[in-house]
Amino acid sequence: MATQIFQSIASRPAPVQTGGLLGWLRANLFADARTTLSTLLVGGVLLWYLPQFLNWALVSAYWQPNAEACRADGVGACWGVVAEKYRLIIFGRYPFEEQWRPLVATGVLLALLVASCTRAFWRPWLALLWVGVLALFFWLMLGGGGLTPVETDRWGGLPLTLLLSTLSIAMAFPLALLVALGRRSNLPAIRTICTLYVELIRGVPLISVLFMASFMFPLFMPQGVKIDVLLRVLVGITLFAAAYMAEVIRGGLQAIPKGQVEAAASLGLSYWQTQRKIVLPQALAMVVPGIMNNFIAIFKDTSLVTIVSLYELTGSLGLALNSDADWRPFKIEGYLFIALIYFAFCFAMSRYSLWVERQVNQSKQR
Amino acid sequence: MSTSASPPKTKSWSWRSQAFRGLVYQVLALGLLALGLWYLGHNTLLNMRERGIQSGYDFLVQTAGFDIGESLMNFDSNESYLKAFWVGLSNTLRVAILGIALTTILGTLVGVGRFSRNALVRGLCMAYVEFFRNIPILLQLLMWYLLFTELLPDAQDAWQVGAVFLSKGGLSFPVPIWADGHAWAAIGLVAGLLLAWLYRRWAVAQFESTGRVRSMFWLPLGLLLAMGVLGWLLGGAPTATRVPFKGEFAIEEGGSLTPEFMAVLLGLVLYTASFVAEVVRAGIQSVPLGQSEAAAALGLNRQQEMRLVMLPQALRVIIPPMTNQYLNLTKNSSLAVAIGYPDVVSIANTAINQTGRAVECISIVMLIYLTTSLLTSGFMNWYNARAAIKER
Repeated sequence: MATQIFQSIASRPAPVQTGGLLGWLRANLFADARTTLSTLLVGGVLLWYLPQFLNWALVSAYWQPNAEACRADGVGACWGVVAEKYRLIIFGRYPFEEQWRPLVATGVLLALLVASCTRAFWRPWLALLWVGVLALFFWLMLGGGGLTPVETDRWGGLPLTLLLSTLSIAMAFPLALLVALGRRSNLPAIRTICTLYVELIRGVPLISVLFMASFMFPLFMPQGVKIDVLLRVLVGITLFAAAYMAEVIRGGLQAIPKGQVEAAASLGLSYWQTQRKIVLPQALAMVVPGIMNNFIAIFKDTSLVTIVSLYELTGSLGLALNSDADWRPFKIEGYLFIALIYFAFCFAMSRYSLWVERQVNQSKQR
Repeated sequence: MSTSASPPKTKSWSWRSQAFRGLVYQVLALGLLALGLWYLGHNTLLNMRERGIQSGYDFLVQTAGFDIGESLMNFDSNESYLKAFWVGLSNTLRVAILGIALTTILGTLVGVGRFSRNALVRGLCMAYVEFFRNIPILLQLLMWYLLFTELLPDAQDAWQVGAVFLSKGGLSFPVPIWADGHAWAAIGLVAGLLLAWLYRRWAVAQFESTGRVRSMFWLPLGLLLAMGVLGWLLGGAPTATRVPFKGEFAIEEGGSLTPEFMAVLLGLVLYTASFVAEVVRAGIQSVPLGQSEAAAALGLNRQQEMRLVMLPQALRVIIPPMTNQYLNLTKNSSLAVAIGYPDVVSIANTAINQTGRAVECISIVMLIYLTTSLLTSGFMNWYNARAAIKER
């Protein structure tokens, strides 16, 4: 009888590492043949073009404001155009020696915007702060009371972009609330008016609204009354933006179950109490991403005012470079510079929107 | 339907009656609106009389007196404003229709790419979306226009691939010379379309009654192409083309796309595709994972799962916001005025400067866009109703 001698079987190989850098690479880049192939293809293209781009944009770029040196062979991007023209690009046609004023005004307005975005400032006195800061902004920009007066048609660049977007957002939001409520009202006349307004505005491009504000609006006013073009354009953007925002808010209103309103009615709340305490808090929390998208869209849309001759960021770049033969060839660098400014603002807003979304939905999180 | 509970229907002329108050509010709102409109209209008429501005649409039949850089039909400066607007409209529609088609393709690819198992592809798609949607469309259009008109070589040393030239003057490519054979080919294509449609109906009916899956895409496509080629052969197979060549100052002959057109199209497509990608992503994400697992449990392969289970459900979420993006693209094409592409807004702008009829020209533009918007959303609503859940 053969005795079986205990023999241990060979140990199994260690499992494939799934953590760490190697594991991540294996799972995400080289999982199977197809993935590996596309990694190699895409990676190859990136490896070919990215260094070329970085070389152009950073390594062999020229940073000093010297147009001659920029034209030399082998020089990449000429960021000197920004160094040379940044004051014209950022402040437009604002009088050169007074440009500390838009600088301070922009700083104060930006600080206000950042403050309004933080929880610690969500207090009733924030409204007062807004009034104060806007008054300060207009005083600094317009002048008077010790400062040299500057007409609004010389405003330009970043301060104008910020002013247009801040004010039109601030005015469009309440208007949009009212219109959204009106579109869902029981009163047929109110409903029809609001529906007509929203559908008419949404059917036409912003540029035709701006044309209307700049060409036709003067005809609407009684004789002798002149309204500043800045104000007209502001009204145009606000009316346009409010129609889109109203649709987003209406989406939220539609999602509120009827039981909520009926419960409020049985508690004896009036229409406005119901909307303010029951419907709107729930509806608005639901549509935060949509509303923030609207805000971003408004910010981007302010660039269109350049077509009706208000020189905000996009317009002031043309102003700075179009008439200057030395620097005109480097306009693309100028475009990239202001594209970066727009990108920074829009990207910050979209990240902030994610944070707000988390804040307002805290009650729903488990 | 509404966010407030319906009022008790008591008929009384007292302020305590909700119905009565509602009536008062409505009369007030209508009255204010009418008053406002009358006031604006009254001022406008007064102002026009004061400044001697003529009004009316009679200018439409007058001679336009300006040339249009590019148009699908023949236009010269002796023709009327009406014709000029018509040319502008055709240019707008050309950009919008091509743009919508390209945007759908690119946007869907990028949106699906964000679910790729490959981190590089995923990252690239995300970078694309974040980059293009956070920069104003006007700025992007200006940048593309600058690239096309300044950084491309002159016509003398245009980039050349085969008979296709790319230079500051635009893109030139060979086009077939129109012959009767092409009409035959077109007839063949129409017949092929009809055949393909009939075949698909039959295949769907077969699938629903027997469960046998037949080729739903390649066979109909083959039918369509085969009929087209057949028609072309029957028509005598014309092969004559106008091939572009380098002239002394410009690329001559052949078909061409102007830099303005290319800049508008490329800018609009890249910008809108970043939004469409997000729409598609949200749509796919909205289908619960269980659906895909259930499809796998039933033995469907990846393609069938996509076509029969995932897409029909995702489409319900995708279509309404997609409609908005199509409308946005059409409306954004009005920005072409900034780079000199003769779309309808740009024509209207010129007409305003020449005739001073701001009210009339802007109203024409608005009417055109309103009609286009309503037509597009009408079509998409019809399509949406088809894709929506069939409920009782």
